[in-house]
Amino acid sequence: MRTIAYDDVVNAVRELCIRAACELPDDVIFALGQSLEAEQSPQGRAALTHCIENAEIARKAKLPICQDTGSAVFFVTLGDAVCVIGGTIGAAINEGCGRGYREGYLRASIVGDPLFDRKNTGDNTPAFVHFEPVAGEKLSITLLPKGGGCENMSALAMLKPADGIRGVTDFVVSVVRGAGGNPCPPVIVGVGIGGTADMAMVLSKKALLRTIGSVNCDERYGNLEQEILKKVNACGNGPQGMGGTVTALAVFIEHSPCHIASLPVAVSLNCHAARQATIRL
Amino acid sequence: MMHKSLMVPLSDDDRAHLRCGEQCLLTGMLYTARDAAHKRFADALAAGKSLPVNLSGQILYYTGPTPPRPGMVIGSAGPTTSSRMDRYTPSLIEKTGLAGIIGKGNRGSDVIEAFKRFRCCYFAATGGAGALLGSCIRKARVVCYRDLGPEAVFELEVVDFPVTVAIDTLGGNCYVDGPAAWRRI
Repeated sequence: MRTIAYDDVVNAVRELCIRAACELPDDVIFALGQSLEAEQSPQGRAALTHCIENAEIARKAKLPICQDTGSAVFFVTLGDAVCVIGGTIGAAINEGCGRGYREGYLRASIVGDPLFDRKNTGDNTPAFVHFEPVAGEKLSITLLPKGGGCENMSALAMLKPADGIRGVTDFVVSVVRGAGGNPCPPVIVGVGIGGTADMAMVLSKKALLRTIGSVNCDERYGNLEQEILKKVNACGNGPQGMGGTVTALAVFIEHSPCHIASLPVAVSLNCHAARQATIRL
Repeated sequence: MMHKSLMVPLSDDDRAHLRCGEQCLLTGMLYTARDAAHKRFADALAAGKSLPVNLSGQILYYTGPTPPRPGMVIGSAGPTTSSRMDRYTPSLIEKTGLAGIIGKGNRGSDVIEAFKRFRCCYFAATGGAGALLGSCIRKARVVCYRDLGPEAVFELEVVDFPVTVAIDTLGGNCYVDGPAAWRRI
């Protein structure tokens, strides 16, 4: 059994929140640079230039890349031989999140009740945490700060198995196209296929964690990612939805077994400020 | 691309001649409001009360900034999705005399009608570029609704704040014309 102190988890998560908000990952910066070369519309190029300059300013000045520092969505891989001493791991992540957002001057964007009083919780808690149990002594925590603008464009379709590849492709393209400028394109398109409705949504979000340029380990899905990307970029929305040839930087698919009657397809979009950070404890 | 420098408040002449797609640099005062402040504006107007801020001839900016680090004026301050404010916008323009709005994304048909009817210009700032846009803000103070935190109404003094005319006072619309021009499927 490997023990980790509660406070070590809190401090690690605190740092993770601040780093994720201010430092755009290298693969995203590289992809934005490539998209600036590929983009044909002057309006689109102007917007992409802003996106790239913005990431540089944020990194140098330690400012949040975007004022929407997001819902704090965590993906935690937790080994069964890991024991957190002094409190639960869930509480430690939540406390680290609150401290990171408060002490890092990040925006508190969470209301405690979604419908009635909608009062801001003040420190961006609660964190939204997905645990994946594994064997061994591993503890890895990834934060995906998810902005409201792109999250609001999420969609789920419970397709018929007969809808097949065509149905999946058409649905994903229609979601990106219909989202227009709202999710801050160029976006990253996360697609979850299979599972149950709830599982498909989680898979679509998990898909957003893939490194841009990485290849799907299943060639069939890899080809489908490229096919959908080509169609999405032909839809014309472009950077910021004002017209252009780069609407998405990447399409990533995660899939899962599913019921004989079902073909769930979920779409999660990430904005060009596609932030994420990981820490291994 | 060429930029047109404009002073805020905008003149009637500016508003009449701005055309969608034009890139502008705004200098002057902006007032922020997003979801929660709009609800309070609407509740006040419905109750026949005046607003705690005079928006006549002013530009409203849909943003909820991050808090400033010590020694800074403001944190990151980019635009939020405008369509969430659509429900409130036509009557807000009519009752306050707003001259312009800055946000991101397309608007509903009722809002576009109000833009034309009351000659209100709709600008887009680059979504997700909050650090860049925040660096154009020289002064910031809370005008009202401080309890709303990032959703309070701030008065911002900006210099060369970059925006694009997204929907002009004739109804010309970048979010329709742009994608139509570049669509290949």
